[in-house]
Amino acid sequence: MSHELASNLTALYTIVHREARRFLRIWPQTLLPPAITMVLYFVIFGNLIGSRIGEMDGFSYMQYIVPGLIMMSVITNAYSNVVSSFFSAKFQRSIEELLVSPVSPHTILIGFVMGGVMRGLMVAVIVTLLSLFFTELTVHHLGITVFVITLTAVVFSLGGFINAVFARSFDDISIVPSFVLTPLTYLGGVFYSISLLGEFWQKLSLANPILHMVNAFRYGILGVSDIAPDTAIAFMLATAVALYAFSARLLISGRGMRQ
Amino acid sequence: MSYALSIQGLNKTYRNGFVALRGIDLHVREGDFFALLGPNGAGKSTTIGILSTLVTKTSGTVEVFGHDLDSHPLQLKRCLGIVPQEFNFNQFELVLNILVVQAGYYGIKRKEALARAEQLLRQLELWDKRHTQARLLSGGMKRRLMIARALMHQPRLLILDEPTAGVDIEMRRSMWEYLTRLNEQGTTIILTTHYLEEAEQLCRNIAIIDHGQIVENTSMRQLLAQLQVETLVLDLKQPVQTRLELDGYPSQQPDDCTLEVQVDKERGLTGLFSQLSGQGVEVVSLRNKSNRLEELFVSLVENGPQGEQG
Repeated sequence: MSHELASNLTALYTIVHREARRFLRIWPQTLLPPAITMVLYFVIFGNLIGSRIGEMDGFSYMQYIVPGLIMMSVITNAYSNVVSSFFSAKFQRSIEELLVSPVSPHTILIGFVMGGVMRGLMVAVIVTLLSLFFTELTVHHLGITVFVITLTAVVFSLGGFINAVFARSFDDISIVPSFVLTPLTYLGGVFYSISLLGEFWQKLSLANPILHMVNAFRYGILGVSDIAPDTAIAFMLATAVALYAFSARLLISGRGMRQ
Repeated sequence: MSYALSIQGLNKTYRNGFVALRGIDLHVREGDFFALLGPNGAGKSTTIGILSTLVTKTSGTVEVFGHDLDSHPLQLKRCLGIVPQEFNFNQFELVLNILVVQAGYYGIKRKEALARAEQLLRQLELWDKRHTQARLLSGGMKRRLMIARALMHQPRLLILDEPTAGVDIEMRRSMWEYLTRLNEQGTTIILTTHYLEEAEQLCRNIAIIDHGQIVENTSMRQLLAQLQVETLVLDLKQPVQTRLELDGYPSQQPDDCTLEVQVDKERGLTGLFSQLSGQGVEVVSLRNKSNRLEELFVSLVENGPQGEQG
């Protein structure tokens, strides 16, 4: 192994370790809130309202919404982990420690993304375990389930990174989650099948990337989906590659970090 | 001759059109303790920013131990340790973690990093604070933490941008001793400071930058030799009510017990004391009115390239 590669692997381990320590140290702000929120969703939408809705695509309403709710928490947490961590580093100027060091921009980017993915997946495990108190859950296709949830965490970690690069104040890092992510998630088939919508709204919904992610994940767990899983996965892969290329370009150019 | 730092024709124009550097040439020898001085906004921090890659240069070349900034930036960065003017560590992180994480960025494994961190924290008298959040340290401790962090990867060239700003005199002297030892062990040091006595005491060579141009670049000894006239302050034993006439020594009396005399290097002090003795004036003590380097610095900056500004 070349010295440069070994050095960058140590740097990558350092960044990932630091990111994990950060969100574990402040677990009441990072891991507890999604657990509480999802329990409320399970109780209100699953138990109280869901029992009156009946079945959807052959599953109880509670079983139907669990994959979507897991995805919702992964999306929110992967995104917010990277956006808050990277923007804080920019704000405190501690990002200069990294920029001055011989760590490659790709190592920096992968390190922050891995931090976001770790938090996203940790929250996914917590939410999944909590859902077992409310319903039975079987996994239709483990490979697709794990691949889709990891890819989703990667995509939204990259999204959070891009937001952090452009953000100039703490207000800027809450705009995208509030005005883009939340509406897209609620309209992304978490709580309903798009087959319930009219033709125009069905077609419009297909432009929502979160719809593809939720349905691919739902296919992995329940075996049902509004969209062909391979189309959804191809769409997600293309999004991940495009976001990575853009993020790497921002980091190499030093936008918002170098003068 | 082996150079630690070699800068040629360095220019920087910021996006807003401000010209910060105008074709700087600067060479710092390996093992040197070098002062880079200049008034606020002269271009010192821009120069350091370019070396650290936090500021992109407009044109010119920069080499650190022969590694070119454009073609071999990673090798250049490995040779370089930077202590910036402003605190730029995670204020909520523990002191020990700041150092260990910094070492990790340079590819140093955790076990080795912990050993180096302990050594540096002990040397800089921060070992007792290793489990304290950085934000809870005093200003002087934060400065020392920045020095420790910059030394974690054992750089061959250490650049200190006003490392003793806001540090009390006792702590400042202890930092001087530490930096002197470090330099004696082979680390090349470039220092920017507003405390000119600090530069005079520590540095062997000096460059003065003003309005983005080097106005002086020489050895400290040669620079101080340029000082023709020094103003000395004499504390008198008895109050003197009348004005003293001292032939060849322009003087003034701020109060009855103090005499300020301008002494030309050619004339020396013997004639002055003869005249004072002849007039029955006894001197208790004698000191420079201001630091010698400060007098030169002010004159160089006043006569610098300001006139060339458009």
